[in-house]
Amino acid sequence: MLSVPCPWCGPRDETEFRYGGQAHVAYPADPAACSDAEWAGYLFMRDNPKGWFAERWFHSAGCRRWFNAVRHTVTYEFAAVYAPFTQPPGVPS
Amino acid sequence: MSQPFRRAAGGRIDRSRTLTFHFEGRAYEAHPGDTLSSALLANGVRVVARGPYTGRPRGTYGIGAEEPNAFVQVDSGPGEPMVRATQLEVYDGLVARSLAGKGSLGEEPDDSRYDKTWAHCDVLVVGAGPAGLAAAHAAGVTGARVILADERPEPGGDLLGGRAHLDGRPAMDWVTDLRARLAGLPEVRVLPRTTVTGAYDGNFLVAVQRRTEHLGPAAPAHVARQRLWHIRAGQVVLATGAHERPILFPDNDRPGVMLAAAAAGYAWRYGVLPGRRAVVAGAHDGALWAAVDLVDAGVELAAVLDARHLAGGQAHRALRDRGVVVAAGHGVVGTDADADGVLTAAWVAPVDGDGQARRIACDLLATSGGWNPAVHLYSQAGGRPRWSDDHAAFVPGDPLPAVACVGAAAGTFDLADALAEGAEAGWQAAAATHGGGGEEPLPPATDSVASAGAPAACWITARADSPPETIFVDLQRDATLRDVRRAVGAGMRASEHVKRFTTAGTAADQGRTTGVTTVGVLAGLLGLPVGAVGTTTYRPPYAPISFALLAGRDRGRLLDPERRTPMHERHEADGAVFENVGQWKRPWYYPAPGEDLDQAVLRECRAAREGVAMMDVSTLGKIDLRGPDVGEFLDRVYTNRFSTLRVGQCRYGVMCRADGMVFDDGVTARLAPDRYHMTTTTGNAAAVLDWLDEWLQTEWPDLRVSATSVTDQWAAVAVVGPGSREVLRRLAPSLDVSAEAFPFLTVRDATVAGIPARVFRISFTGELSYEINVPAWYGLALWDAVAEAGRPAGITPYGTETMHVLRAEKGFIVAGQDTDGTVTPHDAGLGWAVSTVKPFIGGRSLARPDTARNDRKRLVGLLPADPSVVLAEGAQLVVDADAPTPVPMLGHVTSSYRSAALGRSFALALVAGGLTHRGETLQAVDGGQAHPVVVTEPVFYDAEGARRDG
Ligand SMILES: [Zn+2]
Repeated sequence: MLSVPCPWCGPRDETEFRYGGQAHVAYPADPAACSDAEWAGYLFMRDNPKGWFAERWFHSAGCRRWFNAVRHTVTYEFAAVYAPFTQPPGVPS
Repeated sequence: MSQPFRRAAGGRIDRSRTLTFHFEGRAYEAHPGDTLSSALLANGVRVVARGPYTGRPRGTYGIGAEEPNAFVQVDSGPGEPMVRATQLEVYDGLVARSLAGKGSLGEEPDDSRYDKTWAHCDVLVVGAGPAGLAAAHAAGVTGARVILADERPEPGGDLLGGRAHLDGRPAMDWVTDLRARLAGLPEVRVLPRTTVTGAYDGNFLVAVQRRTEHLGPAAPAHVARQRLWHIRAGQVVLATGAHERPILFPDNDRPGVMLAAAAAGYAWRYGVLPGRRAVVAGAHDGALWAAVDLVDAGVELAAVLDARHLAGGQAHRALRDRGVVVAAGHGVVGTDADADGVLTAAWVAPVDGDGQARRIACDLLATSGGWNPAVHLYSQAGGRPRWSDDHAAFVPGDPLPAVACVGAAAGTFDLADALAEGAEAGWQAAAATHGGGGEEPLPPATDSVASAGAPAACWITARADSPPETIFVDLQRDATLRDVRRAVGAGMRASEHVKRFTTAGTAADQGRTTGVTTVGVLAGLLGLPVGAVGTTTYRPPYAPISFALLAGRDRGRLLDPERRTPMHERHEADGAVFENVGQWKRPWYYPAPGEDLDQAVLRECRAAREGVAMMDVSTLGKIDLRGPDVGEFLDRVYTNRFSTLRVGQCRYGVMCRADGMVFDDGVTARLAPDRYHMTTTTGNAAAVLDWLDEWLQTEWPDLRVSATSVTDQWAAVAVVGPGSREVLRRLAPSLDVSAEAFPFLTVRDATVAGIPARVFRISFTGELSYEINVPAWYGLALWDAVAEAGRPAGITPYGTETMHVLRAEKGFIVAGQDTDGTVTPHDAGLGWAVSTVKPFIGGRSLARPDTARNDRKRLVGLLPADPSVVLAEGAQLVVDADAPTPVPMLGHVTSSYRSAALGRSFALALVAGGLTHRGETLQAVDGGQAHPVVVTEPVFYDAEGARRDG
């Protein structure tokens, strides 16, 4: 059970959250202008790194706010949480 | 004589009281403080179980959580299968019997109470032996919140009943002092009888606390029998001790063969002689000290064997002082037994070469190959144990963040060192989470013991010709050396594979005594260093957890919240049969006396189509949307346009996921320029709200929109059928209900039966109908008023089954039933609701080559050739059911009912190519039977839509 540091509520059990996948994958401004390949890339292709990963979380059973987090996919350590539309703070390498 | 093996004095038992218990149908006596194992040994009962496959008799082997043999079935109290006798505290009236491999669940439901609790602490110390006590104390004096969990009835670990001295006094005095000091620290919580069974991410640990089992029938009913602890700890100190491992030899499974420190433990902790004449065989100093303890307790030592070629050291001297000479370089190569299979003698020989074996009569063969640090929780937390030649054991490898291993769990077996290590770890852990403070307590003084030499990695002592099928590597699985050799012969190299092939280590004891020994044996067969073979993975739970405890109070009616509409009691009074829709209880149908489902539904359908009927539609998801940009937002969320909706109008809308697949549908009304009322399917209400929030927060924060669930705030009654206008007219005299003044797809605020209401003129049946929404607390009053106003017209309440028949007759889909996440709006026949001019979520996907294919599965209607056949939902559709396999499948039935209006059965289905099959006959296959069906348009009733205006 991860302890997820909600930037609004503080650390809470993972069961209060919904995972939102990779962060910083913006909905294309003009989907109609996307080629089939570009659109498929938006729909289906996500990074799957071993290491630090910027991802989205939703505190669905808490403050009901979305935020971004940088989490290590091996150790599950959270390095940072930050608001949507902002860039991740310095991330350990 | 009662308890013939009970010593005259000593032990952590209360000799002033005598308990009676039954084992295998015979009555015995014991004392409070006894476990079933100590009590059976005291009474001279040697056989406690049988090998599951060999049927060979087995005796008590260990003294605690490591026990592989003495599992019993408890028949008293709520009963419990497979309880370790070594941990089962005897109570007056305990009834138990022996097992061969597995127990059986009780026939009666267990009505004991089981609880769950959650706790946070700065420092969790697991294990209350010397190192754990020192750690908890050092952490506790700083003021940190400390939890000390220990599986035994009282703290002390191996100091319990032991003969060590601390600060110049018997160690138990120090334990007693420390317990008192811990009790005086308000932030320290000591949990005895509590086994930490799992270590999960983020220092989240799960523990099982046995609260009243030891009280037997005297247990108060209001106290939970067990409690499941979920503990989030800032820092964890693992002082979990070590498990003794045996040396293997031929016929090593006989009752009377026992771990050496366990044997000594029975003598001193429980005041029980595990035998009268012993052979002790070991490969490390601990076995020699166990021999000292046994002889001091009054056991005759027939021989003490050490596989090592060592002399000198404190233990040797202690034995020599007692007139015992250690046979260095010797081991056991066989045993003899009496007619009951119980040990009578050990065969002893030099471990090198094939020297002559000597027979030594004995009733106790105490074996000890060393100590395996209990690295289970360290391993579960992500640590990787490493092999240490110095310890001849796997010890914790790289340190983990916020987890410390101390004492025997870290391979620190010297008492003085373990105490110092524990105190330091507790102090540091408190400093790391709580900030620390105060003065660091000093661990108690004790003498270090000069060792005779390092332990040896000795796995088996046997003669070259010893039959391998008599050398048991796993007593509980009856797995032998022959099985391990076969695994290697079959090409296996990894300990994980050998474990699965031989089953060694997979029983309820999880191979705690011989798991590492099996690895050692395997390494020997492969000619590899033990560290290169490695241990198998330790997974939670460390000890079995009963399902009753995991369920806790979440059983029966408390399993899941039950949502009821405000009209629920009236539905019950009307005899409704309910169905579960998510957590909602919805009336399924309302049988009249003597009616079954089919009859009731035919009657209800007829009422809705020919007269007037009413339904509780309060469960529909409802979302209140406010803000100047709601119209724009809905244009993006729905496939069709909502910004052009005029106030007072409503529209059916379809939502897609970004991949273009139907997600949900419903009717949304515009109540004011900046206010919309959205409805969703009953089961999708929460998911739709999440979906809206996600887009508003993460993609379009510039849109000024707020979304609020109001599902529970409104109760709603659908009044349906040609007679519905008249019913509404009576209920709302001030509302102009004419078709001109109140047209289809509009909404009106009105006073209905004196209640402020919002009335939607929408239809999920194709009939003229109104959905009257009122604040939830008026729901029952509204229902009753509608029933009263409709009484002259014979208004008929109907349930979800009739609703489904009526909507399916019209070809109206239910998202999630007729769609499954692979269906586009076009596939579902909803292309008319998809805008071709404005962008919307998923719109781009509808132009992907795959979604534009013509042979996609599309919604069609089906008419079974036999009109009495109601197809099974999910039945596969094929052209020729007798074609050679694999038979190409064209699709499946999604909705299937019997129709009163059609006088026959019908169905909706998804079929590849959709209506290109119109008029063709396909086969619907269900349960091996094929039913011919004709493909039709998915609208069966009133295709021209003439009925919705009444
Ligand atoms: Zn939050």
